[in-house]
Amino acid sequence: MSTVAIDKRTLRQDTWWLEPMLVVLGLGCFAIYSTWAALQNGNYYAAPYLSPFYSPCLAINCEHVSVPLFGSWYNWSPAILILWIPGGFRLTCYYYRKAYYRSFFWSPPACAVRDAASGYSGETRFPFILQNIHRYFFWASLPILAFLWWDAIIAFNFGGSFGLGLGTLVLITNAALLSLYSFSCHSCRHLCGGGLNSFKAAPGRYKTWGIVTKLNEKHMQIAWTSLVWVGLTDVYVRLLAHGVIQDLRFI
Amino acid sequence: MAGDSYETHEYDVVVVGAGGAGLRAGIEAHDKGCKTAIICKSLLGKAHTVMAEGGIAAAMGNVWPEDNWKVHFRDTMRGGKLLNNWRMAQIHAQQAPDRVLELEEWGALFDRTDEGLILQRDFGGHRYARLAHVGDRTGLEMIRTLQQRAVSLGIDVFMECNVQHLLMNDGRVSGAIGYWRESGELIVFNCKAVVLATGGSGKCWQVTSNSWEYSGDGMGMAMEVGADLIDMEKVQFHPTGMVWPPSVRGILVTEGVRGDGGTLLNSEGERFMFNYIPEFFKAETADNETEADAWYQDKKNNRRTPDLLPRDEVARAINSEVKAGRGTEHGGVYLDIANRRDADYIMRRLPSMYHQFKELADVDITKEAMEVGPTCHYIMGGVRVDADTSATAVPGLYAAGEVAGGLHGANRLGGNSLSDLLVFGRIAGESAADYALGAAAATAPAPAEVDRLTTLMLEPFTDRGGENPYAIHGDLQRTMHNLVGIIRTESEMLKAMEEIAVYKERAARVKVEGGRRFNPGWHLALDLKNLLAVAEAATLSALECKESRGGHTRDDYPDPDPRFGSVNVVTRKHNGTVSVSLEPLPEMPEELRKIVEEQV
Amino acid sequence: MAEAAVAGNGAEAKMRVWRGDASGGEFRDYTVPLEEGMVVLDVIHSIQAMHAGDLAVRWNCKAGKCGSCSAEVNGKPRLMCMTRMNTFEPGETITVAPIQTFPLVRDLVTDVSYNYEKAKTIPPFKPKPKEADGTRRMYQEDIDRVQEFHKCIECYLCQDVCHVIRDHNENKPSFAGPRFFVRVASLEMHPLDTDDRLEFLRNEAGLGFCNITKCCTEVCPEHIKITDNSIIPMKERVVTRFYDPIARLLGALGGKKS
Repeated sequence: MSTVAIDKRTLRQDTWWLEPMLVVLGLGCFAIYSTWAALQNGNYYAAPYLSPFYSPCLAINCEHVSVPLFGSWYNWSPAILILWIPGGFRLTCYYYRKAYYRSFFWSPPACAVRDAASGYSGETRFPFILQNIHRYFFWASLPILAFLWWDAIIAFNFGGSFGLGLGTLVLITNAALLSLYSFSCHSCRHLCGGGLNSFKAAPGRYKTWGIVTKLNEKHMQIAWTSLVWVGLTDVYVRLLAHGVIQDLRFI
Repeated sequence: MAGDSYETHEYDVVVVGAGGAGLRAGIEAHDKGCKTAIICKSLLGKAHTVMAEGGIAAAMGNVWPEDNWKVHFRDTMRGGKLLNNWRMAQIHAQQAPDRVLELEEWGALFDRTDEGLILQRDFGGHRYARLAHVGDRTGLEMIRTLQQRAVSLGIDVFMECNVQHLLMNDGRVSGAIGYWRESGELIVFNCKAVVLATGGSGKCWQVTSNSWEYSGDGMGMAMEVGADLIDMEKVQFHPTGMVWPPSVRGILVTEGVRGDGGTLLNSEGERFMFNYIPEFFKAETADNETEADAWYQDKKNNRRTPDLLPRDEVARAINSEVKAGRGTEHGGVYLDIANRRDADYIMRRLPSMYHQFKELADVDITKEAMEVGPTCHYIMGGVRVDADTSATAVPGLYAAGEVAGGLHGANRLGGNSLSDLLVFGRIAGESAADYALGAAAATAPAPAEVDRLTTLMLEPFTDRGGENPYAIHGDLQRTMHNLVGIIRTESEMLKAMEEIAVYKERAARVKVEGGRRFNPGWHLALDLKNLLAVAEAATLSALECKESRGGHTRDDYPDPDPRFGSVNVVTRKHNGTVSVSLEPLPEMPEELRKIVEEQV
Repeated sequence: MAEAAVAGNGAEAKMRVWRGDASGGEFRDYTVPLEEGMVVLDVIHSIQAMHAGDLAVRWNCKAGKCGSCSAEVNGKPRLMCMTRMNTFEPGETITVAPIQTFPLVRDLVTDVSYNYEKAKTIPPFKPKPKEADGTRRMYQEDIDRVQEFHKCIECYLCQDVCHVIRDHNENKPSFAGPRFFVRVASLEMHPLDTDDRLEFLRNEAGLGFCNITKCCTEVCPEHIKITDNSIIPMKERVVTRFYDPIARLLGALGGKKS
């Protein structure tokens, strides 16, 4: 027996194409901007603010060195040294997977709308089987977060004296949003307690799991907010560095 | 037509119906070593059990250590106005806890007490919080657990297969014949024993909580081969069905709403149930709001709220309030839990009620009162069975669950149905297996008999007059609703008998359009046979029973009459004629009588 | 049913319903009177009673509890009994098609035996021994997660909408589908269960085919968070077992059975 002979891609009458279109637009813009910004190799530091695209800055020739791991032989953009971590984290993130499988791969473009490709093997084969290393990116993103918080703290240090600029607030918000993003991740939820079958025996992990679960419910919203914010943070620092705008100082 | 081809299957035990009773019976027969088949009209797991909400009554004593089988037995007998088969009530109360724990062994997850045991909730007519439950979807948990158990045991299930007639050989059951809904092809089962677990017959009535499957199949088929039906006039109208909008009228609102603190109010905002406490329950029912409210917290020092009186009492009370002009806009009363419980509590305890009202009636039960009214819910009567074996009068034929009569007497308590399914499903499966293992091999039916039944089943396709099966069914439901409903009187029931006779005659002239492949018109045309048989049996019994008791209320005989206090109203078919007689109930032993009569 | 013709305020429902079987068919238009509060299933019943007695449709409880009346209403997988007519524009023609993933029997009825065959492959519940006092102790916080999965009414809308089999029929033998990932998750997270189904999940059940595009979650009438609460947690457990050497080494972070 065969299935019903309806030869339309979908019978949906609503604007199902709107969401994938917006995602393509949003992710596309970010990808283009972040690649451009990462390749600039300049104007990413406006004291005391370091752009998160370049933090931690690991080469000796950085505008603001976080840890001098790479010698002066390294003269490409230092962003390349670290951006693969947050990039990989987002690329393998369960939410972003949904977003780009739907909008870029049309697999499927929306619910009850036919896939674009005729064959399909999901995440069972290379390259998509690599999505399974998501939790390693989670681990790797933790030191990055530490540096971003460090950047936010030294953003109070205006040449040795305590201060507070708009940039300070921007950096703090950035570190907070990226932390929320990391800790609301599905892998984190699993590592906190998702692997347990009895919570009664592990009340501490149950509590942590409960908090992460609450955060996880908002993972998509946090993903977008933090993505936009990290981009804006770079824009802000870049404009300061270019001298296009002046930092607003509160203290 | 005659000579139409059919497939044949051989089994030791064939179970008709895959709700709680059928699945439990099938599992037991299989475990006893019988080659067993379970046959169901719908897909597996869709049977009416799935709609049961409140819980399974079992005196496990997890919440109230004072609870035990004797208290459960007493509650069941008193709720049933002592018309119950005492032995069934005793077996039921004694075995229910084991049946619940067995479900847990098979993977069921009931709500828990703080000590990690099965939590039990309050329900109408039960002295202690006794219902093992899962929020308000206990039936779903139960049927899924049984279904998965049956699947893991590898029991053969015939889904969307409709058994139409029982086959007889030498005075005993030898099989069944029916059709596949999908293909319309005929199918014959040769077997040694049949367990009927087909459920009730609520689809005879217009406002009902029952699904299309409840067409009285088991009762109709059993009567056809000579089994007795008892107490067919005892029909439970659940007090709280939805009343608005019209298309959802009758859909059940679980008694759990009241068990968890919901109260009934009339249009004047009065808690009217205090005006309807019958003498029989006065001693154990609170007569003022303070005590009723306190009872939820402290059951030792307070009497229970009258909102949780047995269902027949509450249904009649609501009926009276509406008749007296104190009903809501749409002819019901208010059931309010929002004024007493916070939203979190309601969402946790009654999630599916929340969704049901939100999505079907635009009512948010965490903020507003529900409008409710009586809906045909359950038939206490059914096939007469032996208490210890679930055997009917016909050798090889067993019955369990709603299709069987006796356990619930004149009125069933909430929660006693799911436990009934488990306890007597198991007993029926066990007895059928014992019988089958000792019986001679199944015999094939005589070709002439198959021809005769095949002709009956395929008749609706022949041109006999063009009656529409949907129209006949709709008319029958209206007749039963208007003339044999919650309050009955002789003249109306006589009129109902006349109308039923007309429907029978019309049913013989049904013509269905289309072919045999998944044709609901044809399926309904065939269901009419049993619907009409049950409607007739219920009306005849109701005419005969000249008193009011439990699920049978006569306007012309408004009080209980001792003449009917210790008899079953028996309906049976002989040579094509249905007769009604009064036959004495089995005598209850003295020590059990003491338990029932004891004042608490 | 038939009395719908009498009541009502003259409003009408315009329906376009699929009629036909595996050999072919077409959408046919029907108009029936509309009453307050009607759902799509009521309208289908009216069509049956008034225009097409043989219109094939599966249904039982008409209250969203049994999961029988799955169909595609205006292209969206839905329970007909829980789709209210007043959610559509007045006068709008509403299209009702059978679910598209499974073989068509007739009209709105499909052959869902795929699901019953998959159900048979799942390793059943295997409880650990009872407590010393003969009881079973489980705590509410341990079963909350699993009770969410037990809400499943097996309407198979998640199976219908899942593109892995909806658009790629050839995957059916190697993919169990969201309903059964929920089922396996309910067993794997059951506090009493002792069996191990991770290998089964990865191989026979084809968990890796799921690309977590979440349509199952979107259509679930019971609002089970299928993807977030069952599929992804199962994927993570599979990762721990098969793709994460460090976790295997540490052991402590893994599931009960690793």
